Amino acid sequence: MASTTGNAEATPQVSDGVESEDGVRRRDFINIAAVSAAGVGGLVTLIPLISQMAPSADVLAESTTELDLSSLEVGQSIKAVFRKQPVFVRRLTQAEIEEAQAVPIGSLRDPQTLDERTQPGHLDVLVVMGVCTHLGCVPLGAAAGENKGEFGGYFCPCHGSHYDTAARIRKGPAPSNLVVPEYEFTSDTTIVIG
Amino acid sequence: MIRLVGILIGLGFTFVVLLAFVTGAYTWATEDVAETPEHAFHEAAHSPDGGFAFDGPFGTWNVSQLQRGYQVYKEVCAACHSLNYVAFRNLAQLGYSEEQVKAEAATWQVPGINPDTGETTMRAAEPTDYFPSPFANDVAAAAANGGKIPPDLSLITKARHDGSNYVYSLISGYEPVPAELTEEFPEFEVPVGGYYNPYFESLVIGMAPPISVDGQVTYADGTEATIQQMSADVAAFLTWTAEPTLIKRKQTGWPVLGFLLFATILAWFAKKQIWSDAKPKRRKD
Amino acid sequence: MSFPWAKEYTPQNGLMKFLDEKLPLPRLVYNAVGAGYPVPRNLSYFWNFGVLAGFFLVLQIVTGVVLAMHYAANTQVAFASVEHIMRDINWGWLMRYAHANGASFFFVVIYIHIFRGLFYASYKPPREMIWLIGVVIFLLMMATAFMGYVLPWGQMSFWGAQVITGLFSAIPLVGEPLQVWILGGFAPDNAALNRFFSLHFLLPFVIAGCVILHIWALHIPGSSNPSGVEVKSESDTLPFHPYYTAKDGFGLGVALLVFMTFVFFLPNQLGHPDNYIEANPLSTPAHIVPEWYFYPFYAILRAFTYDFILPAKLWGVLAMFSAILVWFFLPWLDKGPVRSGHYRPLFRKFFWFGLIPVMAVLFFCGGAPAEEPYVMISQIATAYYFLHFLVILPIISSIERPDPLPFSITEAVLGSDKKAVLGENAEPVAT
Repeated sequence: MASTTGNAEATPQVSDGVESEDGVRRRDFINIAAVSAAGVGGLVTLIPLISQMAPSADVLAESTTELDLSSLEVGQSIKAVFRKQPVFVRRLTQAEIEEAQAVPIGSLRDPQTLDERTQPGHLDVLVVMGVCTHLGCVPLGAAAGENKGEFGGYFCPCHGSHYDTAARIRKGPAPSNLVVPEYEFTSDTTIVIG
Repeated sequence: MIRLVGILIGLGFTFVVLLAFVTGAYTWATEDVAETPEHAFHEAAHSPDGGFAFDGPFGTWNVSQLQRGYQVYKEVCAACHSLNYVAFRNLAQLGYSEEQVKAEAATWQVPGINPDTGETTMRAAEPTDYFPSPFANDVAAAAANGGKIPPDLSLITKARHDGSNYVYSLISGYEPVPAELTEEFPEFEVPVGGYYNPYFESLVIGMAPPISVDGQVTYADGTEATIQQMSADVAAFLTWTAEPTLIKRKQTGWPVLGFLLFATILAWFAKKQIWSDAKPKRRKD
Repeated sequence: MSFPWAKEYTPQNGLMKFLDEKLPLPRLVYNAVGAGYPVPRNLSYFWNFGVLAGFFLVLQIVTGVVLAMHYAANTQVAFASVEHIMRDINWGWLMRYAHANGASFFFVVIYIHIFRGLFYASYKPPREMIWLIGVVIFLLMMATAFMGYVLPWGQMSFWGAQVITGLFSAIPLVGEPLQVWILGGFAPDNAALNRFFSLHFLLPFVIAGCVILHIWALHIPGSSNPSGVEVKSESDTLPFHPYYTAKDGFGLGVALLVFMTFVFFLPNQLGHPDNYIEANPLSTPAHIVPEWYFYPFYAILRAFTYDFILPAKLWGVLAMFSAILVWFFLPWLDKGPVRSGHYRPLFRKFFWFGLIPVMAVLFFCGGAPAEEPYVMISQIATAYYFLHFLVILPIISSIERPDPLPFSITEAVLGSDKKAVLGENAEPVAT
């Protein structure tokens, strides 16, 4: 390439390669192919280098949490761990359900009904992440005797966010309701989160 | 000057190492090194080939053999040997469904904590749990096994030379002390609590023959459980525990080598093409 | 660049022009490994190994950084964290096998690179500095490789650390305190494992720095070549790019084919089964050996078994370190005017029938058990090793009558012109 390319640039018509219409000499093709192959190889090498940082098999294996709710009494809550974060499960009392349903949707910062936040047929089982949507503190109210806030749900002590019995934000700086993770009932008393 | 010093240092080292050679050679020539039974009988015993499906560059797992091997591990080996680096969830690779893995895990007891009292207790294992150790700690393991800790088996086939065949040979290779050995080394004796096995480095192994009769395990798939069959199966299973990625590795290797070969051939032609105009001009006289 | 005909870098567009004024990195690359570096036109494939060594250094750094993201340097969990990499991390097995075998291939490539330098006497003036930096790089590589082998915390890791740091205890007076200081304890444990991890991470970057110095020093006189005749005119050289980039690209492809065969099909072939057993300070493996690339020096260490004035152990340690240190003095031990082994009949004989077989024997004996006859064989080989570098080389370089050299590299390539230029005394070149 070195010396002949110099000639080719000055006087393309006398270059010793066979010129095709788009100006690429046929003998250059093999070089382009070889460099492209090296490029492809380099790109493929990136796959393991990038995916090694994604969650590993043992982390993924712990990405679901199975909970047995058979011993969860009405009005009680349990704290569990889902993907290394706390998750709260509360069996709502009839009063709490009614209280939640009585709130006019339009008055909510993050409008959602209790029905939207629970599974069909299990209106009394409220599963939410125990992570305040403001800055990620763990709200109080799941354990017996803890401050449940002004609305009888959860209360985040960091910056004073109050959640109601459907764990919806009612007062304080948090922008949205406590997150309901994806979960499903595998039996009447068992849920699998994740 | 450097060369002079260098020559002197060189001759110095040579002199000292040759002194060592002369004394060593003298000792070697005058003293008989006694032949040991280990040397004569262990070295001669080359592990027979287990005929495994995963051998060779195109190997694959024989899933039903791995399942049988798991059964042998569970019913025989697990009484003494741990499998520390293997989790129950890994069993999915042996062709079990998620439900089967869960059910299988639940048949094992692992240490847990009573959530109400905080006392240590035993609970049914979950897929994310690792295989439990049969002994609480190394001291307990040694105490229960005549002072020797039964090794963890997760990596055993990688931790021994030609490991798969070694495990297969060792388990199926127990035999009475051969007559030639007693003849050659009359003082050789298998101590109490030891067993003769030509595939074990010191010829005497502390492990009683783990698989001693045909039919010791009843295979679910109806395979006849001969000693050879059970040994091969468990060796295959332990090869999998040592390197679950073995087959994926080989299967990834072929496209990589194929691509590299293609790219290298391209590089060869590119090099040839580029060098074609590199002939030097002749000197002008 | 020292050759006046070297091509000048000309920025092609505005951005490159801007860059060339503010930070002339493209110019640096162009002059270092681009078309601006004239290289002798007759380099053989043995000259590929420098670039290959650079490739394996980069590979080791990349895979090493990845492994360090998942490895835990604590004796309680180090072994398990390696197994975690092998089993659970996405492609972790590939990263680890590439790193472990990459170390071996780095040494394969470096040994060929070094022995190419020895045969063609590339260490002779004006290239002494390149050679000296190269020996420093080799020493750093050995330290890095040794500490890296400790990290998986297997049996060989532990006992290797024990034995190698034990070498320092042979030094009179300060030896034992020195060993305790290096380990941060009385046996390899957490303190040692952590500092080895830290240094194992640091040293490759020091090596990379030395490699830059090595290449810088190379660009002062330019590359050596198989004829050993210096470049005289433009017709003796070709620009590095595209000629040698193409040749190196092909060489890299071949090297990768061999390397990947090991990574994917024989990943544990070059390692030792005992390192898949977790470290146990109470039980030594029957047969401790270092990694294969240390075998020759390990054989020299073990060859000294006789207390002559000094204890045998100290002789062994001295000899082992001297075996590498002598390389530092080669430019002054081998004073002959001719470089290339092709034109040095006596040197060539000692190289092919002395040094190379002796190195092969030392490689073999270093991995063999410490029993007869291997010890006696390694003693003879060790004696020759020192004689070769310290006695034979200085002597033959003053008594040897070299074959006539070609007039120039161009003529070494063309061959046929040689007789016409040199007259009837010239003999065919043994290339």
